[in-house]
Amino acid sequence: MKPFTQHTGLVAPLDRANVDTDQIIPKQFLKSIKRTGFGQNLFDEWRYLDEGQPGQDASNRPLNTEFVLNQPRYKGASVLLARRNFGCGSSREHAPWALEEYGFRAILAPSFADIFYNNSFKNGLLPIVLSEEDLDELFAQAEAEEGYQLTVDLEAQTVLRPDGKSYGFDIDGFRKHCLLNGLDDIGLTLQDADAIRSFEVGHKQNNPWLFGAIK
Amino acid sequence: MPAQTLYDKLWNNHLVKQRDDGSALLYIDRHLLHEVTSPQAFEGLRLAARKPWRIDANLATPDHNVPTTNRAAGVSGIDDLVSKLQVTTLDDNCSDFGIMEFRMTDRRQGIVHVVGPEQGATLPGMTIVCGDSHTATHGAFASLAHGIGTSEVEHVLATQCLVAKKMKNMLVRVEGELGFGVTAKDVVLAVIGKIGTAGGNGHAIEFAGSAIRHLSMEGRMTICNMAIEAGARVGLVGCDEKTIAYVEGRPYSPKGDDWVKAVAAWQDLVSDADAQFDTVVELDAADIKPQVSWGTSPEMVVAVDASVPDPAQESDAVKRSGYQRALVYMGLEANQPITSIKLDRVFIGSCTNSRIEDLRAAAAVAKGRQVSPSIKQAMVVPGSGLVKEQAENEGLDVIFKAAGFEWRDPGCSMCLAMNPDRLQSGEHCASTSNRNFEGRQGNGGRTHLVSPAMAAAAAIAGHFVDVREMLKQEVSA
Ligand code: SF4
Repeated sequence: MKPFTQHTGLVAPLDRANVDTDQIIPKQFLKSIKRTGFGQNLFDEWRYLDEGQPGQDASNRPLNTEFVLNQPRYKGASVLLARRNFGCGSSREHAPWALEEYGFRAILAPSFADIFYNNSFKNGLLPIVLSEEDLDELFAQAEAEEGYQLTVDLEAQTVLRPDGKSYGFDIDGFRKHCLLNGLDDIGLTLQDADAIRSFEVGHKQNNPWLFGAIK
Repeated sequence: MPAQTLYDKLWNNHLVKQRDDGSALLYIDRHLLHEVTSPQAFEGLRLAARKPWRIDANLATPDHNVPTTNRAAGVSGIDDLVSKLQVTTLDDNCSDFGIMEFRMTDRRQGIVHVVGPEQGATLPGMTIVCGDSHTATHGAFASLAHGIGTSEVEHVLATQCLVAKKMKNMLVRVEGELGFGVTAKDVVLAVIGKIGTAGGNGHAIEFAGSAIRHLSMEGRMTICNMAIEAGARVGLVGCDEKTIAYVEGRPYSPKGDDWVKAVAAWQDLVSDADAQFDTVVELDAADIKPQVSWGTSPEMVVAVDASVPDPAQESDAVKRSGYQRALVYMGLEANQPITSIKLDRVFIGSCTNSRIEDLRAAAAVAKGRQVSPSIKQAMVVPGSGLVKEQAENEGLDVIFKAAGFEWRDPGCSMCLAMNPDRLQSGEHCASTSNRNFEGRQGNGGRTHLVSPAMAAAAAIAGHFVDVREMLKQEVSA
């Protein structure tokens, strides 16, 4: 996984609440057995005027010029401003895969759906919770000023505005540590293999019916 | 020991290690797999040369991509090559790693959340995960069950554990008796309408109260299924004699001595009487009417006798703009009566409402009636091959077909339209599924979430009607 330490990038505002994972990456693209190739289909139904198909080259598809990410001023954006309950809906990790591949490194919203929030960290994508008021300010600034950038500092847990104002955010220690160092969860957990094995022995003694092959 | 909630108990019973940073390793008893969220996880295992920790904890079945016709043809019946590759990839991965799979031609195949309980692979007191957010369904059995992402699928395969953080406890208590024609689906839609789609974020929701206890296991599964639509990864119902009766005698349920011991252990799977919840929500069952969603989020829901809300009446600006956008997408007017919404298609199925009881409820409405000629398609998709068999043994298929419904093979089908079953742009659908997001049932499609009885009634009328009126006419006739 890509480590995340500090990131400065162009900000794009997505002014909608309850953006669900079907919107972030529609289901037809979930048919892929690969982990890559989703960036071109991020927000597919909003971004393009036609209906996208998996495996299709998206570069010649008709764009919906009304959609915010299609405005030239937001080209290359890597910080997304969003509204409450971003990422609600399914558990598909294809959603953070698509956001990350498109180029986003951080998403700022007043709240995230739990599974999406969790999945983001596994993919070097940092979801940051700020208050509704803070986001209102950021939306206003990003919309007013072309080329508006923010700096996200994970170590310091701050989001820094160009005018010097900064916002602090919370993040739990384990997730921060993994993201800062780009650590693989599985490797870390397997360091506790003995603890898992000994738990398993007791668990089996108490609940023998939970073990044994399904026939 | 201080009083514990059911969730606290399940958590503590599976805690391998609490880490200093607040995260924990939680042991997983059952891991369910389907074709959509597992291929990248298996690929990850291979790349890292890792083996599954405990093969026997896993159970797989394809459900999202499978067509609902011509099942006998198996994988070769899938015309879409991309879909076919995903299903054969699951087949190959399961054979390579030795994981039990109910393949397309197996009569036990079905939607993974229908299959688990049906087989007794879902048991009280378990931790259950699956790369699918509707894993919450299994919480109806007093088991700690929730959806995970693909990286976690790989993690659970490799370590039999999940890195987790304890959630908060929420209690949703529904007291009293549900009215005639009001079902579990209406209860959960009413709950979501009340607390919103983010209301349960960060919480495990336990559903309790006399109205929940009176529900069948099927009804409890419907409610827990949609906990995720209320923002909670986990839905729970305490264990009681109905739970145990449902589990008894299933293929993978404990037998003999183990059964006796298990039943004794399961008695503890309820919240202690004085357990503290972080949040408590109360509903009066008598207030709940049949529900219909009008918008593009499950919280945009009202009673069938109400009207589409007027955004102008909404004081919260974010909500107001959401309402406006939803009205445009759905092609509806503010203040339009729900019963004036005309429908193009009707879908009865999905992990929310495709069990035998759901099909019986829909068939009771369909019996002796005809699908309106204005409906292009009304389809019934059983949740599993075994549900289908049972329904056929009860003659439900005959009732549906006589009324003009299509009787299909099991799978997710039009719940998310990854297979050929889908809406055309602009079409309205009365659907017993769980999500009415934009494009969910097909690009531009307009989904209205309802109970099976309400969906059947809508198919007959061609627009939404209060199923209670329809059934009452019958009683008085
Ligand atoms: S029926 Fe629908 S919600 Fe349920 S698992 Fe299948 S696609 Fe998901």
